Amino acid sequence: MRNVTAVAIVLCLVLTVTGCREPKEAQTEGVFRVGMVFDVGGKGDKSFNDSAYRGLLHAADEFGVEHTEFEPGQDADRETGLRKLAQAKYDVIIGVGFLFSEAMRSVAVDYPNVRFACVDFDVRPDETLPQNLAGLRFREEEGSFLVGVLAAMHTETGRIGFIGGMDIPLIHKFEAGYIAGARHARPSVSTTVAYTGTTPQAFADPAKGKELALLQYGRGVDVIYHASGSTGNGVIEAAKEAGKYAIGVDSNQNYMAPGHVLTSMVKRVDNAVYMTVKSVLDGTFAGGVREFGLADDGIAYAVDQYNEGLITDEMAAAVEEAKAAIIAGSIVVPKE
Amino acid sequence: MFELAIFDAALRMATPLILTALGGLFSERSGVINIALEGILLTGAFASIVATFYTGDPWVGAFAGILAGVLVSLIHAIVSIVFKADQIVSGVAINLLAMGATQFLTWIIWGSSANSPPVAGMAHWTLPESWGALARGVNAVIGHYPPLVYVALAAVFVSHLVLWRTPFGLRLRATGEHPEAVETLGVNVRKMRFAGVLLSGALAGLGGAFLALNTHQFVKNMSAGRGYIALAAMIFGKWNPLGALAACLLFGYAEAVQMGLQGRGVPTQFVQMIPYVLTMVALVGVIGRTRPPAASGKPY
Repeated sequence: MRNVTAVAIVLCLVLTVTGCREPKEAQTEGVFRVGMVFDVGGKGDKSFNDSAYRGLLHAADEFGVEHTEFEPGQDADRETGLRKLAQAKYDVIIGVGFLFSEAMRSVAVDYPNVRFACVDFDVRPDETLPQNLAGLRFREEEGSFLVGVLAAMHTETGRIGFIGGMDIPLIHKFEAGYIAGARHARPSVSTTVAYTGTTPQAFADPAKGKELALLQYGRGVDVIYHASGSTGNGVIEAAKEAGKYAIGVDSNQNYMAPGHVLTSMVKRVDNAVYMTVKSVLDGTFAGGVREFGLADDGIAYAVDQYNEGLITDEMAAAVEEAKAAIIAGSIVVPKE
Repeated sequence: MFELAIFDAALRMATPLILTALGGLFSERSGVINIALEGILLTGAFASIVATFYTGDPWVGAFAGILAGVLVSLIHAIVSIVFKADQIVSGVAINLLAMGATQFLTWIIWGSSANSPPVAGMAHWTLPESWGALARGVNAVIGHYPPLVYVALAAVFVSHLVLWRTPFGLRLRATGEHPEAVETLGVNVRKMRFAGVLLSGALAGLGGAFLALNTHQFVKNMSAGRGYIALAAMIFGKWNPLGALAACLLFGYAEAVQMGLQGRGVPTQFVQMIPYVLTMVALVGVIGRTRPPAASGKPY
């Protein structure tokens, strides 16, 4: 019993850990300042968060804005981080990740003079956002469709896999688009789907990602698309070890195992962040949901020196054709 | 549910748990509760990747994992044995320290607060194919898993022998049951407890090294609660190495079955309950009452 109590105490305490750094107070009047609060992966995740950070740096370079970043240690710190930046009168505050959605809603109402933007905002049906809150969303299903086409054309066994992080609607979009794309290119393809877990930790468990991938490869799957944050590092590792293929996500992950990453579904979070900062500066910022997709380069698939050898001319043609059809609206990609 | 790949996955996933549970066992058998296992596991994972990154040799990494585990557990030992502080509080503090410190150092060394670059992993133990049938046979047996899997299994049996067949083991167990009696017989209780705690650090540190080297990378918080699961396995196994092994294999197997069943038409949420349900069934049905060492958690 004592041990059980002890474990409970520890778990509670762990949940209160913080990794806070105080945001700078306003020193200079008239300088435009952007604050960014990161997701569980954190700065340097070579994926989602880094992409957002690149957008911030790009905007900072071009417009000479000041910026501060904040990495929450735990769930409760997300809202605290947003509030601290808002109190310090930052001009724009960007939350990176759907986990910020709830906190954004309440903080945006409390600080009507600060502009907020939330990447991957989890919008509720029929929800109207406050005028100072922009929900940046991506049509991941469109990019997933394209990598699905590539996966189905590349597989030799006719079996492809998907490994998601947390089992939530956001990740289901990736799965749905991927499977639709694969069936579009090759109707007979069979798909195996697995999710790492049901908590945010599911995005940060590479050991489990590797085992999930090895199981799928062992069952004849030869291409796996992951949408699982750093859990996917394990998936890519498994591809290298098993001599099979993985598809990266969010950022271009082709370099992580050259020759074993077929392509990456790239979410141009950097573009979205850059455009948000720009819109505030030129006065065109508007609250509400903003969607980025293939048409406006918000979503792309990666081809570079690490995977050119894997993408045949036929595959390149098919994927470009699918891309044009999606943009033209003649292919409608399912979201679930 | 019974394919070979599932057993393979189960054993690999059980390995860090086995090493860590053995660690917890040595500590608790000496009378010190070691909640810090989670943090030690994480530190071991981190240190093994740092050492492998700079030397290119994963075996150096494994030893660095052990060393880091010993150093972290030394903090726990000093705080809870020398200063007689509450062992739970010390353990919690170490876990928090480990989380923050590893992330901070990841940033300092690699400029990323999330993960390290990939490093070399451990090559499987194999004989050259040119040796013929003998080599193929040997490779099928000991070349099948990463080397540390075999090390972990060996550690279980060595721990069993040490605890029940050596004077050191007898003294260690007695220290955890009745330190006053041990002291009257001239055994140094402090020394025994230090030994127990440092051994736990070494084993959990090696567990962390396996976790990280098997994914060829350090990712922040990659221990993902495995230290606590190992503690549960230790209790589940009644503070006994073979029992802990069985518990870890059960946890690993349940997890692997969970993974294997996914995508086969069963809802994920249901499938993901399996490890926990199995644990409860086994706990209630098979294990029955468990009894920790009598003096465990009591400063002396």
